[in-house]
Amino acid sequence: MTDPSTIERHQYDVLVVGAGGAGLRAAIAARDAGARVAVVCKSLLGKAHTVMAEGGAAAAMGNVYSEDSWQVHFRDTMRGGKMLNHWRMAQLHAQEAPDRIHELEEWGALFDRTPDGLISQRDFGGHRYARLAHVGDRTGLELIRTLQQRTVALGIDVYMECTITELLQNGGRIAGAFGYWRESGRFIAFEAPSVVLATGGIGKSYKVTSNSWEYTGDGHALALKAGASLVNMEFVQFHPTGMVWPPSVKGILVTESVRGDGGVLRNSEGKRFMFDYIPEFFKAETADSEEEADRWYTDKTNNRRPPELLPRDEVARAINAEVKAGRGSPHGGVFLDIASRHPAEYIQRRLPSMYHQFKELADVDITAEPMEVGPTCHYVMGGVAVEPDTAESSVSGLYAAGEVAGGMHGANRLGGNSLSDLLVFGRRAGAAAAEAATAMEQRPAISDDDIRAAGEAALAPFEREGGENAYAVQQDLQDVMHNLVGIIRNADEMQKALEELVRLRGRTAQLSVEGHRQYNPGWHLALDLSNMLLVSECIAKAALERTESRGGHTRDDFPATDDSWATVNLHCVLDETGEAVSIRREALPTMPDDLQELFEQK
Amino acid sequence: MTSTGTEASEPERPTGTAATATATHPGGVDAPHRARIGLRTLRKDRYWVVPTFTVIGLSAWVIYATVRVFLQNNYWVAEHHYLTPFYSPCVSNGCIPESAHFGRVLVDNPIIPYAAFSLPFLLLFRLTCYYYRKAYYRSFWLSPPACAVPDRHKSYTGETKFPLILQNSHRYFFYAAFIITLINTYDAILAFSGEDGFGIGLGNLILIGNVVMLWGYTLSCHSCRHVTGGRLRNFSKNPIRYRWWTFVSRLNTRHMQYAWITLGTLALTDFYIMALAAGWFDDLRFIN
Amino acid sequence: MGYDLKMRVWRGDESGGDLADYVVPVEEGEVVLDALHRLQATQAGDLAVRWNCKAGKCGSCSAEINGKPRLTCMTRLSIFDPDETVTVTPLRTFPVIRDLVTDVSYNYEKAKQVPAFAPEPRRPDGTYRMQQEDVERGQEFRKCIECYLCQTVCHVVRDHDDNKRAFSGPRFFLRYAELEMHPLDTNDHREAARDEAGVGLCNITKCCTEVCPEGIKITDNAIIPVKERVVDRRYDPLVWLGSKIFRRSSTD
Repeated sequence: MTDPSTIERHQYDVLVVGAGGAGLRAAIAARDAGARVAVVCKSLLGKAHTVMAEGGAAAAMGNVYSEDSWQVHFRDTMRGGKMLNHWRMAQLHAQEAPDRIHELEEWGALFDRTPDGLISQRDFGGHRYARLAHVGDRTGLELIRTLQQRTVALGIDVYMECTITELLQNGGRIAGAFGYWRESGRFIAFEAPSVVLATGGIGKSYKVTSNSWEYTGDGHALALKAGASLVNMEFVQFHPTGMVWPPSVKGILVTESVRGDGGVLRNSEGKRFMFDYIPEFFKAETADSEEEADRWYTDKTNNRRPPELLPRDEVARAINAEVKAGRGSPHGGVFLDIASRHPAEYIQRRLPSMYHQFKELADVDITAEPMEVGPTCHYVMGGVAVEPDTAESSVSGLYAAGEVAGGMHGANRLGGNSLSDLLVFGRRAGAAAAEAATAMEQRPAISDDDIRAAGEAALAPFEREGGENAYAVQQDLQDVMHNLVGIIRNADEMQKALEELVRLRGRTAQLSVEGHRQYNPGWHLALDLSNMLLVSECIAKAALERTESRGGHTRDDFPATDDSWATVNLHCVLDETGEAVSIRREALPTMPDDLQELFEQK
Repeated sequence: MTSTGTEASEPERPTGTAATATATHPGGVDAPHRARIGLRTLRKDRYWVVPTFTVIGLSAWVIYATVRVFLQNNYWVAEHHYLTPFYSPCVSNGCIPESAHFGRVLVDNPIIPYAAFSLPFLLLFRLTCYYYRKAYYRSFWLSPPACAVPDRHKSYTGETKFPLILQNSHRYFFYAAFIITLINTYDAILAFSGEDGFGIGLGNLILIGNVVMLWGYTLSCHSCRHVTGGRLRNFSKNPIRYRWWTFVSRLNTRHMQYAWITLGTLALTDFYIMALAAGWFDDLRFIN
Repeated sequence: MGYDLKMRVWRGDESGGDLADYVVPVEEGEVVLDALHRLQATQAGDLAVRWNCKAGKCGSCSAEINGKPRLTCMTRLSIFDPDETVTVTPLRTFPVIRDLVTDVSYNYEKAKQVPAFAPEPRRPDGTYRMQQEDVERGQEFRKCIECYLCQTVCHVVRDHDDNKRAFSGPRFFLRYAELEMHPLDTNDHREAARDEAGVGLCNITKCCTEVCPEGIKITDNAIIPVKERVVDRRYDPLVWLGSKIFRRSSTD
């Protein structure tokens, strides 16, 4: 039994849950603001999913194209998000990203350079100008290492391999958090008036995903259970290019930089099929011939961008359609070819980790032969609805930044906007959380009853005997989400998915775990599963509600984009029983006129 | 173990910095708190092959070179002016006058090599060389014999104590080796003009080949890489040194290969010249 | 084209353990981590394995496979004969927690000792200017994914636990090299590399380079340059004299 009087307890001003880019940036900001801050993370420090980000961080620094500005970046972001983004978040993001990148240099980051010695910037889908600050194709690693080293230099406490299972509240506001050490299975409680969620996404609910095991939607579920709402959950980004073969690596990301650096997509007939999939919305700015597309790489002023660099949702849908039409590659993808476009030396220098990844895992030499790629679940646009300037949710004291926060990317995220999002809103969340906590006179207390209940809930799987193990349920959940709420959706399948989710929830309540509490992955998964189920239900319900296709949400029963949905956000909330989620419609915040004008010019 | 989620007892593990292994504790992979696996290594491949061949190769070369250096004969082919690198520069009063390009200043004694000014430095250049250090630490000292195979030494202080701290003087031996390689080059060039004037024989090709490889080895030295440009923080402010550093860095990746190739070319050159001087066979002449 | 793979996996904790035998079905193109996951899902639900990205980018899944330190996610089963028994043990240099999971806090403690980066001030236009050739050396070291395979293979600590106090290990020599070669850093880290990190304990036997999954030339490009810099500072009278006469630092 959990005895609240003996449990390990710590007190902080700000508790950051998650040690990816957003979490670490938040912790640094909170420390800079003078707060006592701790970071809790499920893995070791420096292993967070941010390391998987490859291409770069988008920031309108104008180092390569001086015409670039925050206004252009803002416009690209909104258009990429199909105008469903929270305008204020997109604005803050575009305005502050350059400073956040420059700051990293002050902490030791070594970005690739331009001939003038400035930070080099590369092209990416949906960005009008070359805008992504990068380090080869391992930008995420550079970012996490820089922030990690800064965190260590500032002496911030990091609780590694520690999982938060409950947020503790007092009178409706945040009072702390409860969790367990993965290593020993012992419980731990934090008393903190401000909690920043930076837990990343939900990809592990899907079968084919570029996400790691950590991406079980913990932050989404914690926020829901604390009373916050999740916005835009129907929008899940399938990255167009994941590996498709061999089976064991299916879903692993192939960076968009391959296309940014000149790689092209071809079907089994050798055709650059993307020219057949240019949507009306992007016709004016997309090349309609191979000649023009190829000229664009060297002369961006007089040529339009190649269709391979359309936003990710467009490319993913096109690949899906080609494969369905029987023009796919032998292992069910399409061909991504950079070998015929650049010399081997260039490819190895620009895309070293891609070269390595294909060589090691698939025996494919990307400098000599095309890669086989297909869509993979990559990112959830939806997340905790937050106030843009402070990143605070509707629950007092609860903040969210990075992938777990919603609104910034609307219906579809542009590549490269995630790393800059982490930095901009990580800093804002950390600073606001610190300010609120230090201004508080009376700290909210955490209750022994809550600790006892949280402990009992966490240990429940050990109490049951003879149930099935968590791995089987997780696998079935991934199948349901992949097959029924995947890249192309319809009402019947989603209804069926919701029924399946109810059944899976029943099975999850009966799981049992073998072994003991010390470093027991079976137990950890059993606890993560309930988060995955809750978030999956939000996705399915929101997706069923939105009867149109837009961005990362495509329905074959409503294939068109419907203007009446253009101003509607769906919010997902948990009802009083804590059992079922429901969907609420809210009006999209209105953009001020001066920003509106940006879309009326060309 | 029960199924009711018992807590693990709080592990009292050292965090590393506080780790101590006292005399009563076994060290290494059997140290306390580590996984008790039993076997000291689980490697099944033939990891002992490389150290074995290293021992054989280095020993054979050292024996050959020692014998040759103290033979004090058959080092000069008067007809073609070939001088073996083992006797260059020949500075003993015992040297044949024509072979002593830099004068004779040293007392003639059976235990003083004729090239006593250069050989110790060359020996020390190779002894303190970053590649040879790896080779003999692994193969002779078994420290470690191969990766993830225990080194079995009771204690280990690396290169922090006398005498191994002297390895830090490598760069001085590099400077010396640089000058000696210049002398070897001079010898090899002089060898194009024999008693009958200009000529080219197989001996010349061997001497030149040896010198080229010696430059490869000497310039690919890690200390050379450091002094040419490696020590700079900003390459862009020193473009010429950066170019040098780039060149040396490219050679440096083959430092091990040059280390072995030059052992071969040195022994071959010496043997060929010994054979000619002893009259075992004649030089193959291409021109004159 | 799948087959039944014979595996021996070390199961246990600090108090002891054994190599347990398993037979697990595997498919073409799979890696050792896939086999471990299948074990977890079907035969040993509580098998402790640390992993994250499964793409060789995070450096979590380090273990020793047939006695050699490797990433389990990057070790393809095709390198083994189908009849061969594949033996997987935890890293043998660090305290074991459970099964294949070890306590790598040694590395995090050492990370705290590395001096912080201290840049020169920005240009008046708010930027830093660095040339590509000036950042390339540091970029190689920053490819490090902190898998700690170099740390576990290094005999200085693997075979001599008592050296853990004085020796930071190859991963952190990369950090010193990076700081020393960083175009913007303003500090001299040579004394610290010798006294705090213990670079003198390294006998450059290159096992770190051999096991590095990122292919970083740790010994040639980081450790030896650091050793040479320590020589500049401590053991080379000429450089010392030169720096006095010409008032020149080695870092110009």
